[in-house]
Amino acid sequence: MAGPAATAEPRVVLSARGLGKDFAGFTAVNGVDLDVHHARIHALIGPNGAGKTTVFNLLTKFLQPTRGQITLLGQDITRTPPDKVARMGLVRSFQISAVFPHLSVRENVKVALQRPAGLATQFWLPLSSLDRLDARADELIEQLGLARWRDHRAADLSYGRKRVLEIATTLALEPEVLLLDEPMAGMGQEDVQMVAEIIRNVATERAVLMVEHNLNVVADICDHVTVLQRGEIIARGDYATVSNDPRVRTAYMGSEA
Amino acid sequence: MAGKSEPIPTDTVAVHPQARSIRLVLGLAMLAALFIAPQFLYPIFLMKLLAFALFASAFNLLLGYTGLLSFGHAAFFGGAAYFTAHAVKEWGWSPEAGILLGVLGAAALGLVMGAIAIRRQGIYFAMITLALSQMFFFFCLQAPFTHGEDGIQSVPRGHLFGLVDLNDTMNMYYFVLGVFLIGLLVIWRFVNSPFGMILKSIRENEQRAISLGYSVSRYKLGAFVMSAALAGLAGGLKALIFQFATLTDVAWQMSGEVILMTLLGGIGTLLGPIVGAGLVVSLQNYLATSDFPVTIITGLVFMVCVLLFRRGLVGEFFASGLGRKLGFRADK
Repeated sequence: MAGPAATAEPRVVLSARGLGKDFAGFTAVNGVDLDVHHARIHALIGPNGAGKTTVFNLLTKFLQPTRGQITLLGQDITRTPPDKVARMGLVRSFQISAVFPHLSVRENVKVALQRPAGLATQFWLPLSSLDRLDARADELIEQLGLARWRDHRAADLSYGRKRVLEIATTLALEPEVLLLDEPMAGMGQEDVQMVAEIIRNVATERAVLMVEHNLNVVADICDHVTVLQRGEIIARGDYATVSNDPRVRTAYMGSEA
Repeated sequence: MAGKSEPIPTDTVAVHPQARSIRLVLGLAMLAALFIAPQFLYPIFLMKLLAFALFASAFNLLLGYTGLLSFGHAAFFGGAAYFTAHAVKEWGWSPEAGILLGVLGAAALGLVMGAIAIRRQGIYFAMITLALSQMFFFFCLQAPFTHGEDGIQSVPRGHLFGLVDLNDTMNMYYFVLGVFLIGLLVIWRFVNSPFGMILKSIRENEQRAISLGYSVSRYKLGAFVMSAALAGLAGGLKALIFQFATLTDVAWQMSGEVILMTLLGGIGTLLGPIVGAGLVVSLQNYLATSDFPVTIITGLVFMVCVLLFRRGLVGEFFASGLGRKLGFRADK
């Protein structure tokens, strides 16, 4: 198996070594080594039940690994709680769109901006004290093409736009590493194009690791692909390498790879 | 939220152009009614109503705005009643200092109970708060300063800031009304603040709030302590109004009663718990003189409420056509 990617790559921002997770005797993830580089888009693919989301939950510390070590920006985060990991610069999205449904689009983004701005614990200030976050929020909303929906409730957005809003909210934190769990799942073709474009732009300044089923998108925008099957890595490399790997072809039963 | 979805139509009911001023007028009318109410109604009854309305509002801060169902709020209410009563009677403290001690004591209790319970969810959280408040109940039963079954009797009301004689019923009423309004203002500010915004986001999607870097349990604990402190404010008031503090105030039935009041009125609205408390206290008051067993009636009222208006009285009104036309918005 090829080792983690070639020499000319930018610095590694997130890495895992020997990562494993057991659920009551069942090994969901085992011996996963992963390096995520700055300014690169990494894809984690594999058939259903391969453990992709579990790996995500382990990396973001929403689950505690049974084995292995995780390093973020040179710091060991194997035992760090998830909110702290987020504050350190590793921010994730969820498979089911994670927005605050009864808040407006702008408020959704502002909630993310509140903490870095030090405006999250003041229970004695009026809500208008958050007005100074409007400019930055609107900038992000504009950048991701949500300006028309700025004052709509997040619940009223279409599915694709909810995902975009989630990305906008995530970007508000200016994370070093962005983990996107199936950002295009259930989207129409135009939305897929739009989101792919957004991810490509985002990745110029930060690392992106995404779980994705849409292999056309993966082929299109991802620099590195890691294939997972039954909780273990069976191949890695660029898309061309991976898609020609016989084990990957078997895993996908020749369907798309 | 469902997976695939078309845009859901936004509110179809247009808000009346004068909604804001109508709401303001309604609010002022209610305020005016509270000011002149003791001319028409028995002041002690009104004071009891205000104290319980404040208690229910404090509880709603936790259930309605944070999404945590505590089954142990009697500990804060009754505990504060004991602290205030003891300080005023045995140490000769002024009423305002006594109430402040009640608030601080309740907040401290809240910090301890909250720190233990806050990491649990749903029914487990409710059970732990119940267990802890029962422990506090037995402490109150045994501790010498509470005088066990007798409670602390004939608590003096004293002079507010050494000036206003609170033994005068009208003075006492306006003092209680003032504290009640301050309590409501504190709740309103708390809910509509940067902190309140984070609480709201946690209630909407806790996982997402964590992934944005919010230490969710600390925010919940903050809300828990604030709710406990305000419940303590209500408890301290109650000790001065009735001039006694007894085991009834710390018993689990009291925790149940405040849940009933809040659900009846409507959680997540500022007005709901006040209306709910008013209804329950009035029922108790009027049924107390009749042969009807109060608990059966309140139980029936509660069942009807759960079956017919799940949002509570105020919640249903806010969600109705008229309510939305007036620009009211229920949070849940």
